[in-house]
Amino acid sequence: MVNFMVSLSNPMEIETTIETKNLNLYYGDFRALNDVNIKIPGRNVTAIIGPSGCGKSTLLRCFNRMNDLTENAKVQGKIIIEGNNILELETDLIFLRKKVGMVFQRPNVFDLSIYNNLKFGLRIHRMLSDKDHIMQAIQSGLEQVNLWQELKDKLRKNARSLTLEQQQRLCIARVIILKPDIILLDEPCSALDPIATLRIEELLRILRQQYTLVIVTHNMQQAARVSDYTGFMYLGQLIEFGETNQIFTNPGEKLTENYISGYFG
Amino acid sequence: MFRRINEKIIESCIKLSGLLVIIFVFLIFLFLLKDSISLFGQYPIGQFLFGRNWLPISEPPKFGIVPLLLGSIYVTIGAIVICVPFGVAAAMFIAEVAPGYLKHVLKSLIEILASIPSVVLGFIGIVWLGPFLRNTFGLKTGMCGLTGSLLLAFMALPTIISICEDALVGVPRTYKEAAFGLGATHWQTLWRIILPAASSGIIAAVMLGIGRVIGETMVVMMVTGNAPVIPKSILEPLRTLTATIAGEMGETVGGSEHYFALFAVGVVLFIITFMINLVADVCMRRAKK
Ligand SMILES: Nc1ncnc2c1ncn2[C@@H]1O[C@H](COP(=O)(O)OP(=O)(O)OP(=O)(O)O)[C@@H](O)[C@H]1O
Ligand SMILES: [Mg+2]
Repeated sequence: MVNFMVSLSNPMEIETTIETKNLNLYYGDFRALNDVNIKIPGRNVTAIIGPSGCGKSTLLRCFNRMNDLTENAKVQGKIIIEGNNILELETDLIFLRKKVGMVFQRPNVFDLSIYNNLKFGLRIHRMLSDKDHIMQAIQSGLEQVNLWQELKDKLRKNARSLTLEQQQRLCIARVIILKPDIILLDEPCSALDPIATLRIEELLRILRQQYTLVIVTHNMQQAARVSDYTGFMYLGQLIEFGETNQIFTNPGEKLTENYISGYFG
Repeated sequence: MFRRINEKIIESCIKLSGLLVIIFVFLIFLFLLKDSISLFGQYPIGQFLFGRNWLPISEPPKFGIVPLLLGSIYVTIGAIVICVPFGVAAAMFIAEVAPGYLKHVLKSLIEILASIPSVVLGFIGIVWLGPFLRNTFGLKTGMCGLTGSLLLAFMALPTIISICEDALVGVPRTYKEAAFGLGATHWQTLWRIILPAASSGIIAAVMLGIGRVIGETMVVMMVTGNAPVIPKSILEPLRTLTATIAGEMGETVGGSEHYFALFAVGVVLFIITFMINLVADVCMRRAKK
Protein backbone atom coordinates (compact mmCIF):
# COMPACT_ATOMS: atom_id res chain seq x y z
CA MET A 1 0.00 0.00 0.00
CA VAL A 2 0.97 3.60 -0.36
CA ASN A 3 2.58 5.47 2.45
CA PHE A 4 0.38 8.47 3.03
CA MET A 5 2.68 10.22 5.46
CA VAL A 6 5.16 10.80 2.68
CA SER A 7 2.59 12.29 0.35
CA LEU A 8 1.43 14.75 2.98
CA SER A 9 4.51 16.78 2.26
CA ASN A 10 2.94 20.20 2.11
CA PRO A 11 1.33 21.04 5.44
CA MET A 12 0.55 24.57 4.24
CA GLU A 13 -2.27 23.20 2.09
CA ILE A 14 -4.06 21.38 4.86
CA GLU A 15 -6.56 24.16 5.37
CA THR A 16 -7.55 24.36 1.70
CA THR A 17 -11.22 25.13 1.67
CA ILE A 18 -13.98 26.11 -0.63
CA GLU A 19 -16.03 29.04 0.45
CA THR A 20 -19.02 30.50 -1.34
CA LYS A 21 -20.51 33.91 -0.70
CA ASN A 22 -24.09 34.59 -1.76
CA LEU A 23 -23.80 32.15 -4.60
CA ASN A 24 -26.72 32.25 -7.01
CA LEU A 25 -27.14 30.31 -10.19
CA TYR A 26 -29.83 30.76 -12.80
CA TYR A 27 -30.71 28.40 -15.63
CA GLY A 28 -32.41 31.02 -17.78
CA ASP A 29 -35.03 32.38 -15.37
CA PHE A 30 -34.96 29.41 -13.04
CA ARG A 31 -33.01 30.02 -9.86
CA ALA A 32 -31.27 26.74 -9.17
CA LEU A 33 -29.03 28.04 -6.37
CA ASN A 34 -30.35 30.55 -3.89
CA ASP A 35 -27.82 32.54 -1.85
CA VAL A 36 -25.67 29.60 -0.93
CA ASN A 37 -23.04 30.33 1.73
CA ILE A 38 -20.91 27.33 2.54
CA LYS A 39 -17.43 26.78 3.98
CA ILE A 40 -15.97 23.42 3.15
CA PRO A 41 -13.04 22.38 5.33
CA GLY A 42 -9.91 20.91 3.81
CA ARG A 43 -8.73 17.28 4.07
CA ASN A 44 -12.14 16.04 5.03
CA VAL A 45 -15.07 14.47 3.33
CA THR A 46 -18.02 16.76 2.92
CA ALA A 47 -21.31 15.30 1.78
CA ILE A 48 -24.04 17.29 0.10
CA ILE A 49 -27.43 15.69 0.52
CA GLY A 50 -30.96 16.68 -0.39
CA PRO A 51 -33.93 15.58 -2.47
CA SER A 52 -33.73 15.18 -6.23
CA GLY A 53 -33.53 18.45 -8.13
CA CYS A 54 -32.52 20.57 -5.15
CA GLY A 55 -29.33 21.74 -6.82
CA LYS A 56 -26.66 19.44 -5.41
CA SER A 57 -25.04 18.72 -8.73
CA THR A 58 -25.37 22.32 -9.74
CA LEU A 59 -23.51 23.46 -6.64
CA LEU A 60 -20.80 20.88 -7.10
CA ARG A 61 -20.30 21.80 -10.73
CA CYS A 62 -19.76 25.42 -9.72
CA PHE A 63 -16.59 24.49 -7.85
CA ASN A 64 -14.66 23.70 -11.01
CA ARG A 65 -16.82 25.83 -13.26
CA MET A 66 -18.30 22.94 -15.21
CA ASN A 67 -21.44 25.03 -15.46
CA ASP A 68 -19.61 27.14 -18.00
CA LEU A 69 -20.48 24.36 -20.43
CA THR A 70 -24.19 24.79 -19.82
CA GLU A 71 -25.23 27.50 -22.20
CA ASN A 72 -28.06 29.10 -20.26
CA ALA A 73 -26.41 29.01 -16.83
CA LYS A 74 -25.55 32.32 -15.16
CA VAL A 75 -23.64 32.52 -11.87
CA GLN A 76 -23.50 35.35 -9.33
CA GLY A 77 -21.63 35.69 -6.06
CA LYS A 78 -18.21 34.47 -5.04
CA ILE A 79 -16.53 31.11 -4.83
CA ILE A 80 -13.21 31.32 -3.05
CA ILE A 81 -10.77 28.48 -3.48
CA GLU A 82 -7.27 28.89 -2.12
CA GLY A 83 -7.85 32.58 -1.64
CA ASN A 84 -8.99 33.31 -5.19
CA ASN A 85 -12.47 34.01 -6.40
CA ILE A 86 -12.70 31.48 -9.19
CA LEU A 87 -15.67 33.24 -10.74
CA GLU A 88 -13.37 36.08 -11.80
CA LEU A 89 -12.90 36.36 -15.54
CA GLU A 90 -9.17 35.88 -15.43
CA THR A 91 -9.39 32.47 -13.71
CA ASP A 92 -7.28 29.92 -15.54
CA LEU A 93 -9.88 27.23 -16.08
CA ILE A 94 -7.35 24.66 -17.15
CA PHE A 95 -5.39 25.08 -13.95
CA LEU A 96 -8.54 25.25 -11.85
CA ARG A 97 -9.80 21.95 -13.21
CA LYS A 98 -6.45 20.36 -12.54
CA LYS A 99 -6.61 21.49 -8.92
CA VAL A 100 -10.30 20.71 -8.54
CA GLY A 101 -10.99 17.36 -10.18
CA MET A 102 -14.37 15.82 -10.82
CA VAL A 103 -15.77 12.30 -10.80
CA PHE A 104 -19.15 11.85 -12.41
CA GLN A 105 -22.27 9.84 -11.77
CA ARG A 106 -21.73 7.38 -14.58
CA PRO A 107 -18.17 6.16 -15.02
CA ASN A 108 -17.07 8.05 -18.11
CA VAL A 109 -13.79 6.47 -19.11
CA PHE A 110 -12.65 7.41 -22.59
CA ASP A 111 -12.80 4.95 -25.45
CA LEU A 112 -9.03 4.50 -25.15
CA SER A 113 -6.70 2.09 -23.42
CA ILE A 114 -6.36 2.21 -19.65
CA TYR A 115 -2.91 3.63 -20.14
CA ASN A 116 -4.08 6.38 -22.43
CA ASN A 117 -7.00 7.24 -20.19
CA LEU A 118 -4.50 8.08 -17.49
CA LYS A 119 -1.95 9.64 -19.77
CA PHE A 120 -4.44 12.09 -21.25
CA GLY A 121 -4.43 14.37 -18.21
CA LEU A 122 -0.66 14.30 -17.84
CA ARG A 123 -0.35 15.18 -21.46
CA ILE A 124 -2.74 18.09 -21.58
CA HIS A 125 -1.15 19.63 -18.52
CA ARG A 126 2.34 18.91 -19.86
CA MET A 127 3.19 17.40 -16.51
CA LEU A 128 5.59 14.66 -17.50
CA SER A 129 7.26 13.93 -20.76
CA ASP A 130 9.59 11.12 -19.89
CA LYS A 131 8.11 7.67 -20.52
CA ASP A 132 9.38 6.19 -17.26
CA HIS A 133 8.00 9.05 -15.23
CA ILE A 134 4.63 8.72 -16.92
CA MET A 135 4.63 5.02 -16.11
CA GLN A 136 5.51 5.74 -12.49
CA ALA A 137 2.71 8.28 -12.22
CA ILE A 138 0.25 5.85 -13.75
CA GLN A 139 1.33 3.12 -11.41
CA SER A 140 1.00 5.30 -8.36
CA GLY A 141 -2.41 6.55 -9.55
CA LEU A 142 -3.65 3.01 -10.00
CA GLU A 143 -2.17 1.94 -6.68
CA GLN A 144 -4.04 4.66 -4.88
CA VAL A 145 -7.34 3.38 -6.19
CA ASN A 146 -6.35 -0.26 -5.65
CA LEU A 147 -6.33 -1.19 -9.30
CA TRP A 148 -2.65 -1.74 -9.93
CA GLN A 149 -2.56 -5.40 -8.99
CA GLU A 150 -5.56 -6.20 -11.17
CA LEU A 151 -4.62 -4.14 -14.17
CA LYS A 152 -0.86 -3.93 -14.34
CA ASP A 153 -0.68 -6.46 -17.17
CA LYS A 154 -3.63 -5.07 -19.10
CA LEU A 155 -2.78 -1.41 -19.42
CA ARG A 156 -3.24 -1.57 -23.18
CA LYS A 157 -6.76 -2.93 -22.94
CA ASN A 158 -9.65 -0.65 -23.74
CA ALA A 159 -10.89 0.91 -20.53
CA ARG A 160 -14.50 0.31 -21.48
CA SER A 161 -13.99 -3.42 -21.14
CA LEU A 162 -13.57 -3.06 -17.38
CA THR A 163 -16.33 -3.60 -14.86
CA LEU A 164 -18.27 -0.51 -13.82
CA GLU A 165 -16.54 -0.45 -10.48
CA GLN A 166 -13.12 -0.66 -12.09
CA GLN A 167 -14.14 2.07 -14.50
CA GLN A 168 -15.20 4.35 -11.69
CA ARG A 169 -11.94 3.67 -9.86
CA LEU A 170 -10.09 4.47 -13.04
CA CYS A 171 -11.99 7.75 -13.27
CA ILE A 172 -10.85 8.55 -9.75
CA ALA A 173 -7.27 7.61 -10.63
CA ARG A 174 -7.48 9.82 -13.70
CA VAL A 175 -8.22 12.74 -11.42
CA ILE A 176 -5.71 11.82 -8.72
CA ILE A 177 -2.85 11.52 -11.14
CA LEU A 178 -3.07 15.27 -11.79
CA LYS A 179 -2.34 15.91 -8.09
CA PRO A 180 -5.47 17.89 -7.32
CA ASP A 181 -6.28 19.51 -3.98
CA ILE A 182 -9.99 18.93 -4.18
CA ILE A 183 -11.97 16.06 -5.69
CA LEU A 184 -15.63 16.54 -6.45
CA LEU A 185 -17.74 13.40 -6.68
CA ASP A 186 -21.27 13.56 -8.05
CA GLU A 187 -23.11 10.43 -6.88
CA PRO A 188 -20.07 8.31 -7.72
CA CYS A 189 -21.70 5.06 -6.65
CA SER A 190 -25.16 5.39 -8.13
CA ALA A 191 -24.28 3.15 -11.08
CA LEU A 192 -22.65 0.50 -8.89
CA ASP A 193 -23.92 -2.49 -6.94
CA PRO A 194 -23.96 -2.37 -3.11
CA ILE A 195 -20.71 -4.25 -2.65
CA ALA A 196 -18.82 -2.12 -5.13
CA THR A 197 -20.36 0.90 -3.43
CA LEU A 198 -18.94 -0.14 -0.08
CA ARG A 199 -15.52 -0.67 -1.59
CA ILE A 200 -15.54 2.76 -3.21
CA GLU A 201 -16.56 4.28 0.10
CA GLU A 202 -13.62 2.57 1.72
CA LEU A 203 -11.41 4.14 -0.91
CA LEU A 204 -12.85 7.57 -0.16
CA ARG A 205 -12.00 7.17 3.51
CA ILE A 206 -8.39 6.55 2.55
CA LEU A 207 -8.27 9.37 0.05
CA ARG A 208 -9.56 11.90 2.57
CA GLN A 209 -6.16 11.91 4.21
CA GLN A 210 -4.69 13.56 1.17
CA TYR A 211 -7.48 15.38 -0.59
CA THR A 212 -10.46 17.50 0.16
CA LEU A 213 -13.43 15.45 -0.97
CA VAL A 214 -16.87 16.79 -1.71
CA ILE A 215 -19.42 14.11 -2.46
CA VAL A 216 -22.98 14.53 -3.62
CA THR A 217 -25.22 11.66 -2.72
CA HIS A 218 -28.80 10.58 -2.69
CA ASN A 219 -28.04 7.99 -0.15
CA MET A 220 -28.15 9.21 3.42
CA GLN A 221 -26.50 6.12 4.86
CA GLN A 222 -23.64 6.75 2.51
CA ALA A 223 -23.31 10.33 3.68
CA ALA A 224 -23.35 9.16 7.26
CA ARG A 225 -20.75 6.48 6.55
CA VAL A 226 -18.17 8.43 4.60
CA SER A 227 -18.43 12.08 5.50
CA ASP A 228 -17.09 14.29 8.24
CA TYR A 229 -19.29 17.23 7.35
CA THR A 230 -22.70 17.32 5.75
CA GLY A 231 -24.66 20.02 4.01
CA PHE A 232 -28.39 19.63 3.45
CA MET A 233 -29.92 21.38 0.49
CA TYR A 234 -33.53 22.01 -0.37
CA LEU A 235 -34.92 23.88 -3.37
CA GLY A 236 -31.63 25.55 -4.19
CA GLN A 237 -30.90 26.66 -0.65
CA LEU A 238 -28.34 25.34 1.76
CA ILE A 239 -30.56 24.67 4.74
CA GLU A 240 -27.95 23.44 7.15
CA PHE A 241 -24.27 22.64 7.27
CA GLY A 242 -22.32 21.01 10.08
CA GLU A 243 -20.51 17.98 11.32
CA THR A 244 -22.09 14.82 9.99
CA ASN A 245 -22.68 13.46 13.45
CA GLN A 246 -24.53 16.52 14.55
CA ILE A 247 -26.61 16.77 11.35
CA PHE A 248 -27.74 13.19 11.61
CA THR A 249 -28.31 12.98 15.37
CA ASN A 250 -29.27 16.49 16.30
CA PRO A 251 -30.18 18.60 13.25
CA GLY A 252 -30.80 22.28 13.85
CA GLU A 253 -33.61 22.64 11.34
CA LYS A 254 -36.98 20.93 11.21
CA LEU A 255 -36.61 20.46 7.43
CA THR A 256 -33.35 18.60 7.85
CA GLU A 257 -34.82 16.39 10.49
CA ASN A 258 -37.79 15.54 8.29
CA TYR A 259 -35.58 14.69 5.38
CA ILE A 260 -33.21 12.58 7.42
CA SER A 261 -35.99 10.68 9.07
CA GLY A 262 -37.41 9.97 5.64
CA TYR A 263 -40.57 12.05 5.51
CA PHE A 264 -39.67 13.15 1.99
CA GLY A 265 -36.83 12.66 -0.42
CA MET B 1 -59.00 -12.81 -38.63
CA PHE B 2 -58.93 -10.60 -41.72
CA ARG B 3 -56.29 -8.48 -40.10
CA ARG B 4 -54.13 -11.45 -39.39
CA ILE B 5 -54.20 -12.52 -43.06
CA ASN B 6 -53.35 -8.96 -44.07
CA GLU B 7 -50.43 -9.02 -41.71
CA LYS B 8 -49.21 -12.30 -43.18
CA ILE B 9 -49.39 -10.97 -46.74
CA ILE B 10 -47.42 -7.86 -45.87
CA GLU B 11 -44.86 -9.89 -44.01
CA SER B 12 -44.29 -12.28 -46.88
CA CYS B 13 -44.07 -9.38 -49.35
CA ILE B 14 -41.31 -7.85 -47.31
CA LYS B 15 -39.56 -11.16 -46.99
CA LEU B 16 -39.87 -11.75 -50.71
CA SER B 17 -38.39 -8.39 -51.67
CA GLY B 18 -35.50 -8.94 -49.30
CA LEU B 19 -34.90 -12.33 -50.83
CA LEU B 20 -35.18 -10.91 -54.34
CA VAL B 21 -32.39 -8.41 -53.66
CA ILE B 22 -30.11 -11.19 -52.55
CA ILE B 23 -31.05 -13.30 -55.56
CA PHE B 24 -30.40 -10.41 -57.93
CA VAL B 25 -26.98 -9.72 -56.52
CA PHE B 26 -26.17 -13.37 -56.73
CA LEU B 27 -27.44 -13.62 -60.31
CA ILE B 28 -25.47 -10.59 -61.40
CA PHE B 29 -22.35 -12.13 -59.99
CA LEU B 30 -23.07 -15.48 -61.65
CA PHE B 31 -23.74 -13.76 -64.95
CA LEU B 32 -20.44 -11.89 -64.76
CA LEU B 33 -18.61 -14.99 -63.69
CA LYS B 34 -20.06 -17.18 -66.43
CA ASP B 35 -19.00 -14.86 -69.21
CA SER B 36 -15.61 -14.13 -67.77
CA ILE B 37 -14.89 -17.82 -67.31
CA SER B 38 -15.49 -18.19 -71.03
CA LEU B 39 -12.45 -15.98 -71.51
CA PHE B 40 -10.18 -18.22 -69.54
CA GLY B 41 -10.97 -21.09 -71.88
CA GLN B 42 -9.13 -19.19 -74.59
CA TYR B 43 -6.83 -16.87 -72.65
CA PRO B 44 -4.68 -17.94 -69.68
CA ILE B 45 -5.78 -16.42 -66.38
CA GLY B 46 -2.19 -15.70 -65.34
CA GLN B 47 -1.66 -13.50 -68.37
CA PHE B 48 -4.90 -11.73 -67.64
CA LEU B 49 -4.08 -10.98 -64.02
CA PHE B 50 -0.37 -10.22 -64.41
CA GLY B 51 -0.07 -9.12 -68.02
CA ARG B 52 1.41 -5.68 -68.40
CA ASN B 53 -0.28 -4.79 -71.69
CA TRP B 54 -3.91 -4.14 -72.51
CA LEU B 55 -4.03 -4.33 -76.32
CA PRO B 56 -7.43 -5.74 -77.21
CA ILE B 57 -7.29 -5.12 -80.95
CA SER B 58 -3.69 -5.95 -81.71
CA GLU B 59 -2.80 -9.27 -83.29
CA PRO B 60 -2.66 -11.37 -81.16
CA PRO B 61 -4.70 -9.38 -78.60
CA LYS B 62 -3.34 -8.90 -75.11
CA PHE B 63 -5.59 -8.61 -72.11
CA GLY B 64 -3.19 -7.81 -69.27
CA ILE B 65 -5.17 -6.07 -66.55
CA VAL B 66 -2.21 -4.56 -64.65
CA PRO B 67 -2.24 -1.13 -66.33
CA LEU B 68 -5.98 -0.77 -65.69
CA LEU B 69 -5.68 -1.96 -62.12
CA LEU B 70 -2.83 0.46 -61.50
CA GLY B 71 -4.83 3.23 -63.15
CA SER B 72 -7.73 2.60 -60.79
CA ILE B 73 -5.42 2.37 -57.79
CA TYR B 74 -3.55 5.58 -58.64
CA VAL B 75 -6.70 7.58 -59.17
CA THR B 76 -8.35 6.15 -56.07
CA ILE B 77 -5.39 6.69 -53.78
CA GLY B 78 -4.99 10.20 -55.11
CA ALA B 79 -8.64 10.93 -54.46
CA ILE B 80 -8.56 9.46 -50.96
CA VAL B 81 -5.41 11.32 -49.98
CA ILE B 82 -7.10 14.52 -51.05
CA CYS B 83 -10.59 14.00 -49.69
CA VAL B 84 -10.07 12.22 -46.37
CA PRO B 85 -8.30 15.03 -44.53
CA PHE B 86 -10.72 17.58 -45.91
CA GLY B 87 -13.72 15.40 -45.24
CA VAL B 88 -12.78 14.58 -41.66
CA ALA B 89 -11.86 18.19 -40.92
CA ALA B 90 -15.14 19.41 -42.38
CA ALA B 91 -17.06 16.83 -40.36
CA MET B 92 -15.26 17.92 -37.20
CA PHE B 93 -16.10 21.51 -37.95
CA ILE B 94 -19.77 20.77 -38.55
CA ALA B 95 -20.17 18.43 -35.60
CA GLU B 96 -18.22 20.31 -32.97
CA VAL B 97 -17.39 23.86 -33.90
CA ALA B 98 -19.95 25.45 -36.18
CA PRO B 99 -22.85 27.30 -34.53
CA GLY B 100 -26.35 25.98 -35.16
CA TYR B 101 -27.40 28.00 -38.19
CA LEU B 102 -24.09 27.44 -39.99
CA LYS B 103 -24.45 23.72 -39.34
CA HIS B 104 -27.76 23.70 -41.22
CA VAL B 105 -26.40 25.75 -44.10
CA LEU B 106 -23.35 23.51 -44.47
CA LYS B 107 -25.35 20.32 -44.28
CA SER B 108 -27.68 21.40 -47.05
CA LEU B 109 -24.74 22.59 -49.11
CA ILE B 110 -23.22 19.15 -48.82
CA GLU B 111 -26.45 17.57 -49.95
CA ILE B 112 -26.42 19.79 -53.01
CA LEU B 113 -22.81 18.79 -53.61
CA ALA B 114 -23.85 15.16 -53.55
CA SER B 115 -26.49 15.74 -56.18
CA ILE B 116 -24.22 17.21 -58.88
CA PRO B 117 -24.31 14.75 -61.81
CA SER B 118 -20.92 13.26 -62.55
CA VAL B 119 -21.14 14.31 -66.21
CA VAL B 120 -21.22 17.91 -65.08
CA LEU B 121 -18.12 17.38 -62.97
CA GLY B 122 -16.42 15.70 -65.91
CA PHE B 123 -17.32 18.67 -68.03
CA ILE B 124 -15.79 21.05 -65.51
CA GLY B 125 -12.71 18.84 -65.52
CA ILE B 126 -12.32 19.04 -69.29
CA VAL B 127 -13.04 22.72 -69.65
CA TRP B 128 -11.43 24.17 -66.59
CA LEU B 129 -9.57 21.87 -64.17
CA GLY B 130 -7.55 19.99 -66.82
CA PRO B 131 -6.18 23.09 -68.52
CA PHE B 132 -5.56 24.67 -65.13
CA LEU B 133 -3.46 21.72 -63.96
CA ARG B 134 -1.63 21.55 -67.26
CA ASN B 135 -0.57 25.16 -66.93
CA THR B 136 0.35 25.05 -63.25
CA PHE B 137 2.35 21.83 -63.39
CA GLY B 138 3.61 22.32 -66.94
CA LEU B 139 2.18 18.99 -68.12
CA LYS B 140 1.86 17.64 -71.63
CA THR B 141 -1.83 17.23 -71.10
CA GLY B 142 -4.27 18.14 -68.38
CA MET B 143 -6.20 14.93 -68.97
CA CYS B 144 -4.37 12.89 -66.36
CA GLY B 145 -4.75 10.90 -63.15
CA LEU B 146 -4.61 13.93 -60.91
CA THR B 147 -7.53 15.62 -62.65
CA GLY B 148 -9.56 12.48 -62.07
CA SER B 149 -8.44 12.23 -58.46
CA LEU B 150 -9.43 15.79 -57.70
CA LEU B 151 -12.89 15.42 -59.19
CA LEU B 152 -13.44 12.05 -57.54
CA ALA B 153 -12.34 13.50 -54.22
CA PHE B 154 -14.97 16.14 -54.72
CA MET B 155 -17.56 13.45 -55.39
CA ALA B 156 -16.63 11.37 -52.36
CA LEU B 157 -16.62 14.33 -49.98
CA PRO B 158 -20.36 14.37 -49.22
CA THR B 159 -20.36 10.68 -48.30
CA ILE B 160 -17.32 11.03 -46.10
CA ILE B 161 -18.46 14.21 -44.42
CA SER B 162 -21.92 13.03 -43.55
CA ILE B 163 -20.92 9.62 -42.23
CA CYS B 164 -18.01 11.08 -40.25
CA GLU B 165 -20.30 13.69 -38.85
CA ASP B 166 -22.75 11.04 -37.69
CA ALA B 167 -19.89 9.17 -36.05
CA LEU B 168 -18.64 12.26 -34.23
CA VAL B 169 -22.09 13.29 -33.06
CA GLY B 170 -22.63 9.73 -31.83
CA VAL B 171 -19.76 9.96 -29.34
CA PRO B 172 -21.31 10.15 -25.86
CA ARG B 173 -21.42 13.65 -24.42
CA THR B 174 -20.04 12.31 -21.17
CA TYR B 175 -16.60 11.91 -22.76
CA LYS B 176 -16.55 15.59 -23.44
CA GLU B 177 -17.60 16.38 -19.90
CA ALA B 178 -14.89 14.13 -18.50
CA ALA B 179 -12.23 15.69 -20.70
CA PHE B 180 -13.26 19.24 -19.88
CA GLY B 181 -13.40 18.25 -16.23
CA LEU B 182 -9.75 17.24 -16.42
CA GLY B 183 -8.90 20.66 -17.80
CA ALA B 184 -8.70 19.83 -21.49
CA THR B 185 -9.36 22.47 -24.09
CA HIS B 186 -11.98 22.03 -26.76
CA TRP B 187 -9.33 21.18 -29.32
CA GLN B 188 -7.57 18.62 -27.12
CA THR B 189 -10.88 16.97 -26.38
CA LEU B 190 -11.77 16.83 -30.03
CA TRP B 191 -8.43 15.54 -31.19
CA ARG B 192 -7.49 13.10 -28.48
CA ILE B 193 -10.84 11.87 -27.18
CA ILE B 194 -13.69 12.36 -29.61
CA LEU B 195 -11.82 11.50 -32.78
CA PRO B 196 -10.46 8.17 -31.45
CA ALA B 197 -13.88 7.30 -30.08
CA ALA B 198 -15.38 7.88 -33.52
CA SER B 199 -12.60 6.08 -35.33
CA SER B 200 -14.55 3.04 -36.50
CA GLY B 201 -17.22 5.28 -37.98
CA ILE B 202 -14.57 7.38 -39.66
CA ILE B 203 -12.90 4.32 -41.15
CA ALA B 204 -16.27 3.17 -42.41
CA ALA B 205 -16.77 6.58 -44.01
CA VAL B 206 -13.41 6.37 -45.69
CA MET B 207 -14.10 2.87 -46.97
CA LEU B 208 -17.45 3.88 -48.41
CA GLY B 209 -15.73 6.87 -49.97
CA ILE B 210 -13.22 4.52 -51.58
CA GLY B 211 -16.03 2.32 -52.82
CA ARG B 212 -17.70 5.32 -54.36
CA VAL B 213 -14.48 6.46 -56.03
CA ILE B 214 -13.35 3.13 -57.41
CA GLY B 215 -16.70 2.42 -59.02
CA GLU B 216 -17.11 5.83 -60.60
CA THR B 217 -16.99 5.74 -64.37
CA MET B 218 -18.15 8.85 -66.14
CA VAL B 219 -15.75 11.35 -64.65
CA VAL B 220 -12.65 9.21 -65.07
CA MET B 221 -13.61 8.37 -68.63
CA MET B 222 -13.93 12.06 -69.42
CA VAL B 223 -10.83 13.44 -67.75
CA THR B 224 -8.07 10.87 -67.23
CA GLY B 225 -6.89 10.67 -70.81
CA ASN B 226 -7.86 7.02 -71.39
CA ALA B 227 -4.40 5.65 -72.00
CA PRO B 228 -4.25 1.95 -71.04
CA VAL B 229 -0.57 2.00 -70.20
CA ILE B 230 1.20 1.51 -66.89
CA PRO B 231 1.30 5.03 -65.47
CA LYS B 232 4.63 6.29 -64.13
CA SER B 233 2.96 8.91 -62.00
CA ILE B 234 -0.42 10.37 -61.27
CA LEU B 235 0.43 13.29 -63.54
CA GLU B 236 0.23 11.07 -66.63
CA PRO B 237 -2.77 9.94 -68.64
CA LEU B 238 -4.09 6.59 -67.50
CA ARG B 239 -7.20 4.50 -67.61
CA THR B 240 -9.25 2.82 -64.91
CA LEU B 241 -11.08 -0.51 -64.87
CA THR B 242 -14.43 1.20 -65.07
CA ALA B 243 -13.52 3.46 -67.97
CA THR B 244 -12.21 0.47 -69.90
CA ILE B 245 -15.47 -1.42 -69.65
CA ALA B 246 -17.61 1.58 -70.45
CA GLY B 247 -15.39 2.76 -73.27
CA GLU B 248 -14.84 -0.54 -75.05
CA MET B 249 -18.06 -2.43 -74.54
CA GLY B 250 -19.73 -0.63 -77.42
CA GLU B 251 -17.03 -1.63 -79.89
CA THR B 252 -16.85 -5.32 -79.13
CA VAL B 253 -18.67 -8.12 -80.84
CA GLY B 254 -20.85 -10.17 -78.52
CA GLY B 255 -19.20 -13.49 -77.71
CA SER B 256 -15.72 -12.42 -78.80
CA GLU B 257 -12.63 -12.82 -76.67
CA HIS B 258 -12.53 -9.05 -76.07
CA TYR B 259 -16.16 -9.11 -74.94
CA PHE B 260 -15.44 -11.80 -72.36
CA ALA B 261 -12.30 -9.99 -71.21
CA LEU B 262 -14.39 -6.96 -70.33
CA PHE B 263 -16.62 -9.18 -68.23
CA ALA B 264 -13.58 -10.48 -66.42
CA VAL B 265 -12.58 -6.89 -65.71
CA GLY B 266 -16.06 -6.43 -64.32
CA VAL B 267 -15.61 -9.38 -61.97
CA VAL B 268 -12.35 -7.93 -60.67
CA LEU B 269 -14.09 -4.62 -60.03
CA PHE B 270 -16.99 -6.37 -58.36
CA ILE B 271 -14.68 -8.26 -56.02
CA ILE B 272 -12.77 -5.10 -55.09
CA THR B 273 -15.88 -3.08 -54.27
CA PHE B 274 -17.40 -6.03 -52.45
CA MET B 275 -14.36 -6.30 -50.20
CA ILE B 276 -14.33 -2.59 -49.51
CA ASN B 277 -17.99 -2.56 -48.60
CA LEU B 278 -17.45 -5.56 -46.37
CA VAL B 279 -14.72 -3.75 -44.43
CA ALA B 280 -16.88 -0.65 -44.20
CA ASP B 281 -19.75 -2.73 -42.90
CA VAL B 282 -17.63 -4.35 -40.21
CA CYS B 283 -16.40 -0.93 -39.12
CA MET B 284 -19.91 0.49 -39.04
CA ARG B 285 -21.07 -2.37 -36.92
CA ARG B 286 -18.21 -1.89 -34.53
CA ALA B 287 -18.95 1.84 -34.38
CA LYS B 288 -22.55 1.15 -33.37
CA LYS B 289 -21.49 -0.96 -30.40
N1 LIG C 1 -29.19 22.76 -17.96
C1 LIG C 1 -30.27 23.03 -17.22
N2 LIG C 1 -31.20 23.87 -17.69
C2 LIG C 1 -32.30 24.15 -16.94
N3 LIG C 1 -32.55 23.64 -15.73
C3 LIG C 1 -31.66 22.79 -15.21
C4 LIG C 1 -30.46 22.45 -15.93
N4 LIG C 1 -29.77 21.58 -15.17
C5 LIG C 1 -30.47 21.40 -14.04
N5 LIG C 1 -31.60 22.13 -14.05
C6 LIG C 1 -32.59 22.21 -12.97
O1 LIG C 1 -31.95 22.72 -11.84
C7 LIG C 1 -32.39 22.05 -10.68
C8 LIG C 1 -31.21 21.50 -9.93
O2 LIG C 1 -30.60 20.49 -10.71
P1 LIG C 1 -29.45 19.56 -10.17
O3 LIG C 1 -29.05 18.69 -11.27
O4 LIG C 1 -28.41 20.43 -9.55
O5 LIG C 1 -30.21 18.76 -9.04
P2 LIG C 1 -29.68 17.60 -8.13
O6 LIG C 1 -29.89 18.02 -6.75
O7 LIG C 1 -28.31 17.20 -8.52
O8 LIG C 1 -30.70 16.45 -8.47
P3 LIG C 1 -30.44 14.89 -8.62
O9 LIG C 1 -30.39 14.35 -7.24
O10 LIG C 1 -31.63 14.40 -9.37
O11 LIG C 1 -29.16 14.70 -9.37
C9 LIG C 1 -33.35 20.98 -11.13
O12 LIG C 1 -34.66 21.45 -10.90
C10 LIG C 1 -33.10 20.85 -12.59
O13 LIG C 1 -34.30 20.58 -13.26
MG1 LIG D 1 -27.42 15.44 -9.53
